[in-house]
Amino acid sequence: MIKKILDKIRPNFEEGGKLKNFHSVFEGFESFLLVSNRTSSVGVSIHDAIDSKRIMSFVVIALLPALLFGMYNIGYQNYHAAGVEAGFWAMFFYGFLALLPKILVSYIVGLGIEFIVAQWKHEEIQEGYLVTGLLIPMIVPVSCPLWMLALAVAFSVILAKEIYGGTGMNIFNPALVARAFLFFAYPSAMTGDSIWVSQNAICGLGCDLPDAFTMATPLSLVGAGQEITMPVQDMITGLMPGSVGETSVIAIAIGAVILLWTRIASWRTMLSVFVGGAVVGWLFNISGMDSAAAQVPWYEHLILGGFCFGAVFMATDPVTSARTETGKFYYGFLIGALTISIRVLNPGYPEGMMLAILFMNMFAPLIDYCVVQRNISRRVRRSHKA
Amino acid sequence: MSQLFSKDNRQILTAPLNGDNPIMIQILGICSALAVTAQLEPAIVMGLSVTVITAFSNVIISIIRKTIPNRIRIIIQLVVVAALVTVVSMVLKAFAYDVSVKLSVYVGLIITNCILMGRLEAFAMMNKPWESFLDGIGNGLGYAWILVVIGAVRELLGSGTLLGYTIIPQGAYDAGYVNNGMMTMPAMALILLGIVIGVHRAVNKDIKS
Repeated sequence: MIKKILDKIRPNFEEGGKLKNFHSVFEGFESFLLVSNRTSSVGVSIHDAIDSKRIMSFVVIALLPALLFGMYNIGYQNYHAAGVEAGFWAMFFYGFLALLPKILVSYIVGLGIEFIVAQWKHEEIQEGYLVTGLLIPMIVPVSCPLWMLALAVAFSVILAKEIYGGTGMNIFNPALVARAFLFFAYPSAMTGDSIWVSQNAICGLGCDLPDAFTMATPLSLVGAGQEITMPVQDMITGLMPGSVGETSVIAIAIGAVILLWTRIASWRTMLSVFVGGAVVGWLFNISGMDSAAAQVPWYEHLILGGFCFGAVFMATDPVTSARTETGKFYYGFLIGALTISIRVLNPGYPEGMMLAILFMNMFAPLIDYCVVQRNISRRVRRSHKA
Repeated sequence: MSQLFSKDNRQILTAPLNGDNPIMIQILGICSALAVTAQLEPAIVMGLSVTVITAFSNVIISIIRKTIPNRIRIIIQLVVVAALVTVVSMVLKAFAYDVSVKLSVYVGLIITNCILMGRLEAFAMMNKPWESFLDGIGNGLGYAWILVVIGAVRELLGSGTLLGYTIIPQGAYDAGYVNNGMMTMPAMALILLGIVIGVHRAVNKDIKS
């Protein structure tokens, strides 16, 4: 049925049609709704049943548990902070209403830029933004103003993605670039204790909190040299303040299972991030360093802050991570190790996941190069011996 | 008079402003361009200082170019530039003390500015004084206008002011506008410079990099 409608309106968008300026929009929707029936006209190509649009759809599905839980948690934190009892659905819808504008802004701005660029370069629309657009609202604090979000999205789509040639060509993860932009440009909206809980009532749901209300995340408590007040089970279920999608280990684990089962994410990267974090966290534990961050047990480091979210959804991004299988171990391990090092050693940054991943994004090609060169020299040696 | 501003000489003066710009095309003098452009005022002063120093060191080197022994020419060029930089630095301290404090070491570091050495080596050593003077002015201004553009964007978005005067109205701040802290960091200057270069090449497609 969809195909019939599309076939009927197709002539409008072809060369000479009255809407030809929107042909990339049309093609984008067509191949999003249906499997593309166009085949490559040159060279030998192997087509899989799963193309990059399907991959993106799977990643979005994998993100849904964390997203839905994030919405519930927004509501939970708001009602909890106000000391008001509320049902599950009230909390959920409150969070839904709080998060919906962010998702809309992220998609409208990001896809708008993608459509314009695709039109300008006479290319098809690239589907990479489907995932990025959902990731960005999930890794910012709930109170982040919409105009900042729009600016960050524009910055990252243009400067971290399009100028490199679009989806698949970028060096840095665009979602993390957007977050890094916000982090450095508007530190008051991205760090501190007053931003993690939504403060205002929306459409009759939720409660207005007093202006001075603050709620620290576990990592900002540690950064301030205090003890973590949250019990471990809250860290795992995720009923604690933090960026929208990052709090719940369980929801992220469901996403991880989906990603690993469909083989979209590499288990090598994911595992080695956790190993790297655990090893370095443990080393700081036994080092006897006298700071609160160094004394956080290594397993708590792994379930706090953005560690899980970054390890599952960010580090495994197939575009920006290392491509060689051996390289993925080094890449992941260094992300985990750097994250914990930044958390413990840099008092200015209570969380290090974003910077660690961006840093290793930069080094991924170098890791690949070293792995490939080592393989070449090993084979040269072997052939000389024989 | 007409000979002084012949077509070739006009070309010497105007080429560095656009098609042969020291920053955008030759990618020289980037370090100081990143360091002094957090605000507009130091950027303007820095641009003018470099223009004056480039112009006069070009003239001096051009006058004595035939007597300079080839093997020690860099040392002689450095002595001339260092003398001029010291003069400019003293003038700034005397008449614009606040700016000279903001520029701190970067006035002294004009000695090592690649644009200066580049022009001395590439132009003044083999051209007459008047042409060298025009070339120095042109390259200095070519450097200066990029600094002014970047300095203006960074000060406007980073501090909401231009030359110290508030531009962004208080109402915008009340409505939730916040100054962009990243604009005050040198990293953002590099990104802005990249954008300027990218736009320039997109507009002038005939420039081969």
